[in-house]
Amino acid sequence: MTTTLQPLDVAAIRKDFPLLSRTLNGKPVIYLDSAVSGQMPLAVIERMSHYEREEHTNVHRGVSTLSQEATDRFEEAREKVRAFLGAASTREIVWTRGATEALNLVAQSFGRMVVQAGDEILLSAMEHHANIVPWQMLAQEKGATIKVIPMNDAGELILESLDELITERTRILGVTHVSNVLGTVNPVKEITARAHARGVSVVVDGAQAVPHLAVDVRDLDADFYAFSGHKLSGPTGIGALYGKLAHLEAMPPWQGGGSMIRSVSWEKTTYMPAPAKFEAGTPPIAAAIGLGAALDYVQALGLDRIAAHEHELLAYATERMAVIPGLRILGNAKDKASVLSFVVEGIHPHDLGSILDSEGVVVRAGHHCAQPVMTRFHIPATTRASFAYFNTREEVDILVSAVMKAIELFK
Amino acid sequence: MSDPRELYQQVILEHNRKPRNFGKLEPCTHHAEGHNPLCGDQLDLTLVIENGVVQDVKFQGNGCAIDVASASLMTQAVKGRPVAEAEAMAEQFRGMVRGDLDPATQTPLLGKLVLFRGVKDLPSRVKCAVLPWATLHAALKGEEEASTE
Repeated sequence: MTTTLQPLDVAAIRKDFPLLSRTLNGKPVIYLDSAVSGQMPLAVIERMSHYEREEHTNVHRGVSTLSQEATDRFEEAREKVRAFLGAASTREIVWTRGATEALNLVAQSFGRMVVQAGDEILLSAMEHHANIVPWQMLAQEKGATIKVIPMNDAGELILESLDELITERTRILGVTHVSNVLGTVNPVKEITARAHARGVSVVVDGAQAVPHLAVDVRDLDADFYAFSGHKLSGPTGIGALYGKLAHLEAMPPWQGGGSMIRSVSWEKTTYMPAPAKFEAGTPPIAAAIGLGAALDYVQALGLDRIAAHEHELLAYATERMAVIPGLRILGNAKDKASVLSFVVEGIHPHDLGSILDSEGVVVRAGHHCAQPVMTRFHIPATTRASFAYFNTREEVDILVSAVMKAIELFK
Repeated sequence: MSDPRELYQQVILEHNRKPRNFGKLEPCTHHAEGHNPLCGDQLDLTLVIENGVVQDVKFQGNGCAIDVASASLMTQAVKGRPVAEAEAMAEQFRGMVRGDLDPATQTPLLGKLVLFRGVKDLPSRVKCAVLPWATLHAALKGEEEASTE
């Protein structure tokens, strides 16, 4: 199928990203860190700037034309998120600050509602701290237990264990769609089917998945799906939670304030229906509109073309890195997104990160907010390169020679 | 930093490969654990202090080359020194890597530790170089834990 796709015009795309033409430590910047934060194209930056210059006010407030316009743009962005995720209704899309806040919302509202003392929450072994800590906080509050779905040495979940791990006390299963460290694409559809068969709700962390693959929440049958705008060529400070409407309607609000109420009196306060019920206070309006523009941008490029380009880069980088003596790639799942984590014998990832930085190569070195994954592989940290639709094979070559330089220095 | 070689000099690389005074003193008179929460570096420092002098010191833990070499060179530098002098060295070291003190004139106690002066050009790595010294400071003050945060 990929052979029939028109390849991306990467040279033209790169002109949309001003940062890609700057230098870093006197070298052209090689941005291989989109898993930390994607770069925003000019279309997004200009859309946000236009809002702030010409359209700025508050949403869902008052009768002014200006406020109505801002509300319309803001709600149009919500509709873009709905379409992007394949949700049935915009009522299922809740704005949040990002995936982290979305997952906290689920834990504190849905989790508090369905988890009781003695219950179990099942999480995959490759979760980001954002899909671990909120559940630990809930478990501690309720007297519930956290259980873990293990993974194999390739970085794939061992799903044979799933039927055994799910018990009559399991209430929630949390899984990342794509591992931010290993790149593994988890078979979410299969997991939701098996969890639902046992009455367990599934919360999916989609932060690393949405930049790389077309997501259809209805096809996945996820109960909740969280993502962040800034991983998806959008701004920071905005993200969204998809939740099945029946869940959102049943859930209590989690933050109180303006916008989320129907009426307030000293005797009794009533709440708005979802999603407004979960959106107390003034939201980051420019960021939401900017995220809408980012979705337009990536959809115009084509998610399938983006995926094809990134897979080609990942395959090339894997092939070149794998032959470097002393270098070990972490995460060799059969189904993998364009994230390449590695360790080099005798060089701590932070030292390697500093040396790559001096060559203008931006990567992430550290535990990637996934310390249990580091523990699982008996390492303190990794160096991670992540590839986006604007990266090139030449940039992979520069990464490889910078790694070789570090090895030479540490020899 | 234009050239990483300015910091990653042979002495630092060699101490990273073969850290001196590596291990744990048992029994010890002073002990502290150091953590760098941002990067997960972790250091366990044990000392034997008698009559106000650092008689012996050992460290163990996981960290980057800057952290490990800093710890290794620190143990060599403070061994046999009066506690007050070790504290003064810690102050000078921290001042130097943060760029507050000029290694040419203001850090007379540091000797070859001025090797680490280049760390000031790498703000994200200052904490790595300082962790052993912060841990030493905590141990001397009778605190169990030191953090660079």
